[in-house]
Amino acid sequence: MAKKEYAFYPGCSSQLRASAANYMVSVNSMCKVLDIKLTEIPDWNCCGASIGYAGSGELARHVLNARNFALSEQHLPGQDIVATCAACWLGARETKEKLAASSTLLADTQEALKEAGLTYKGEAEIRHMVEVLIEDFGYEELAKPVVKPLEGIKFAGYVGCQTNRPFGIAGESFENPMYLDKLVETLGGEAVTDYDQKVTCCGGALAFSEPEKSQKQIKDIVESAYDHGADMIVTPCPLCQANVEIYQSEINKRYGTKFNMPVTYYSQLMTVAYGGSVKEAGLDGQVIRARKLEEIAVKVVKK
Amino acid sequence: MGDLNVEAVERYRNNFLKEVEERVEEGHWVKMCMQCGVCSGSCPFGPHWAHPPQELFMMIRAGRREEVLTSDSMWMCTSCYNCVVRCPRQLPITQIMHGLATYAHRLGLAPKNQPTRKFSVLFWNNCTRTGRVNELKLTLGLYFSDGFIAGIKKAWALRHIGLGLLLAKRLNPFELIKGHGCKDKKGIHAMLKKAYEIENRRKGFSS
Ligand code: SF4
Ligand code: SF4
Repeated sequence: MAKKEYAFYPGCSSQLRASAANYMVSVNSMCKVLDIKLTEIPDWNCCGASIGYAGSGELARHVLNARNFALSEQHLPGQDIVATCAACWLGARETKEKLAASSTLLADTQEALKEAGLTYKGEAEIRHMVEVLIEDFGYEELAKPVVKPLEGIKFAGYVGCQTNRPFGIAGESFENPMYLDKLVETLGGEAVTDYDQKVTCCGGALAFSEPEKSQKQIKDIVESAYDHGADMIVTPCPLCQANVEIYQSEINKRYGTKFNMPVTYYSQLMTVAYGGSVKEAGLDGQVIRARKLEEIAVKVVKK
Repeated sequence: MGDLNVEAVERYRNNFLKEVEERVEEGHWVKMCMQCGVCSGSCPFGPHWAHPPQELFMMIRAGRREEVLTSDSMWMCTSCYNCVVRCPRQLPITQIMHGLATYAHRLGLAPKNQPTRKFSVLFWNNCTRTGRVNELKLTLGLYFSDGFIAGIKKAWALRHIGLGLLLAKRLNPFELIKGHGCKDKKGIHAMLKKAYEIENRRKGFSS
């Protein structure tokens, strides 16, 4: 039996052929080392994301999340639901709290769920993957499997918004959360502790709809990483990852900058530090290759 | 759509605050705002808004219905929750912004060409059709929302980004034909239909 088991909510962007497919690859590799068993919630649906509001309204959004909870309780009883996407986690957590706080909303949700043959019991907890790592394992435990410390790489820890607000990781401040820096150090890397864009918003979905405005945000995020001597950015959020990585070429055109800053996931760092290959860490899925991390990944471990 | 607006004007007469309280998500919080301005000062897109959150709340209380509901301001919210964690009165500002946007859209007053409004509608339709988002269709849907020529232009301008993602296997043309989806689409659709019915009843929408 695995050391820890969770019901897994991958969310749309982590699916095969989707924009965060490489995130999933690295999460799987990381979980293998840590002996974590993630079981996908059968027939899970989209969480509605933060941007679906024009059409959804309030109840439909909660009902979508509640369907996932009900399916999880039915098929994977007793397991916490773990999400890797910040927006999925936030949306689900919010639904969970709202349903617990209002009996009317709960009754309405049940009535709608009945149409899909489901009921929600309110048992499953909703957690983010980093929450699980930090709370259920802890830094010391996470350091144990490190065989290739990420020496000589400076990481700007970009936490972003939704993994940080409004819920955040227990005990962390909204303005200056430390867990990502600590995680980097746990893996033997160097955290750029004075990185001032740590919790800046990347523009979220507005990167699509109002690109000029969000590219200004992204520019600040990347620029500050350069200013502080970072080799790459690391983040826990798939939307932050995508936005900050893929629009650098557009920003270069618009502002005449020469950005080429890799943006990686914490799980890629962990996979490499744990001895995983470039492929296992999903580093072949970067638009801007994370060369320094690749160099460590191909090194042979001395036992 | 126009009828819904006429009906709402009738029903609430000049009490826009009451209308917001009853029909907008978390709208009952608006009266708790003490106009300190922390939300507006914390908002990353604040400088782009004609009316940042604090101002919108003031305008609601002043009964400036038309101006609020036709504004494109609340559509500029990126859901970053910076305002929420900082508001000394703990208003759920993000939800109120979304709620105002949803309501304005529902009444047919939201600006037709506001790009985030379009994207939001596209997104919701995209994800509820099969139960999961098809990123490729979503992106193309957005590009081509202003017509075919505009779409081609936009797709061409951003072709390097598309190519990069393609090479990284994070975008796949195959998705157009066989995208991801849930098995129980029927159940999801029935459940959402019910949810709309219930919400309409609760919020007093006539239809
Ligand atoms: S921060 Fe809160 S109390 Fe202050 S203006 Fe904004 S909503 Fe009102
Ligand atoms: S959640 Fe919306 S309103 Fe609040 S600070 Fe962020 S963008 Fe501004």
